[in-house]
Amino acid sequence: MAQTLVDTANHIAGYAAKAARVKVIAAYPITPQTTIVEKIAEFVENGELDAEYICVESEHSAMVACIGAAAAGVRTFTATSAHGLALMHEALHWASGSRLPIVMAVVNRAMGAPWSIWPDLSDSLSQRDTGWIQFYCADNQEVFDTIIQAYKLCENEKVFLPAMVCLEGFILSHTYSPVKIPDQREIDDFLPPYKSGWILDVNRPLSHANLVSPEYYMEFRYMIQEAMENAKMLIPKIDKEYGSRFGFEYGGLVEKYRCEDADLVLITMGTMAGDAKIAVDKMRKEGLKVGLARIRVFRPFPAEEIRKLAEHAQMLATIDRHVSFGMEGFLAAETKASLFSQESRPLFASFIAGLGGRDVTFETIEKIARKSVKWMSVGKVEKETLWVDLRR
Amino acid sequence: MVVLTDITPKSRKEMPLTPLSTPTYGSMGKTGFWRTFRPEVDYSKCTKCTLCWIYCPDAAIERQQDDSPKIDYDYCKGCGICANECPVKAITMKREEE
Repeated sequence: MAQTLVDTANHIAGYAAKAARVKVIAAYPITPQTTIVEKIAEFVENGELDAEYICVESEHSAMVACIGAAAAGVRTFTATSAHGLALMHEALHWASGSRLPIVMAVVNRAMGAPWSIWPDLSDSLSQRDTGWIQFYCADNQEVFDTIIQAYKLCENEKVFLPAMVCLEGFILSHTYSPVKIPDQREIDDFLPPYKSGWILDVNRPLSHANLVSPEYYMEFRYMIQEAMENAKMLIPKIDKEYGSRFGFEYGGLVEKYRCEDADLVLITMGTMAGDAKIAVDKMRKEGLKVGLARIRVFRPFPAEEIRKLAEHAQMLATIDRHVSFGMEGFLAAETKASLFSQESRPLFASFIAGLGGRDVTFETIEKIARKSVKWMSVGKVEKETLWVDLRR
Repeated sequence: MVVLTDITPKSRKEMPLTPLSTPTYGSMGKTGFWRTFRPEVDYSKCTKCTLCWIYCPDAAIERQQDDSPKIDYDYCKGCGICANECPVKAITMKREEE
């Protein structure tokens, strides 16, 4: 029976892991992720989830345990945040290089120092080049749906890569909202048991991801790149199939809101999109043609979709909850990189907002949109990267 | 999926997604010559506890019928872990040239 729960995104992530019938969970607690693995521990303890729950001494060990379990051929799950994710960094490369479809919830939290427990995307975006697929969610329902979709994607033999399902700390992680949990049999039908390409088996010993000479290394890297391209093709299909079965669909790689005839397209990731929609509606009431594109999948990056948006728009403006010191936010950088090969390019501005959990309200986004509209009307961007609401 | 043990792939299509190999005996050649110190067992002190055999990171110690260890000098790299773990100090590390 399908049911509607009112719960936090973290607990919902736990329900999603249970619905995916994960067999091994290895986890280490860290704020604001902890309640995900607590919920799963509860499910394992009370017998609702038949799985091995491995308590480890660090996040590095958590990832390594997941790698071992996935290599033994079972569906695995873990979750972390910020410094925990940073500690996993080395192992993340081993997971993708070994082509293991591990799914991990990353509850976004700003990196210290200075110490912070509040959200921005600097933790997961720092892991951009690890070969992991990266999803960014905008609400609790999407957290559930994306975890299920992520397993479907990652376990496809054309992909065989791990994925992070990212959700912003506190804004989603500890906030209650209603979520529809589909009937278990229907989920089982959508997501059959994991069949791996190879398994570790004591009776047929095998070592994997071992030393490769320069003669072959590049080909293995290229195969990961191909898998990312395949993921780009599969994500919209899986999203559509999920939508037709369960009623929730997110536009595949990019969720577009009132973009069709938009002169100005705001580009964001994660929860900012909700407030951005309110800002877009407000601007629209005044006759200003503003739209919103929410990048739902950052790796693989939807460059083609960005190009399509740029065909009709006069201006694109990215809002990053992230900065790569010495340059700009990654969303800005990747958006511009997607457009460079185009013959004609729209005006472009980038904004940095909401670092360390500073609120980005619809008023903040309205301010960003108005500034962009002003620059658009004069055909010139005054400041290429603007830090929003920065103290003087 | 293809296992990369005996084949030398010519094209990408022949390659597995990640390198996989089945174990073979000394595929990298005899690594014993890397050794600076060699472990020597004093069988009169050995209690056959098998700890050296368990701890050897290179599987270069054979557990004999009577549980006493036999060091495979073709592959022992002389790390000294066995000597360190031996509870009765029955294994000593000696310089190769001695």
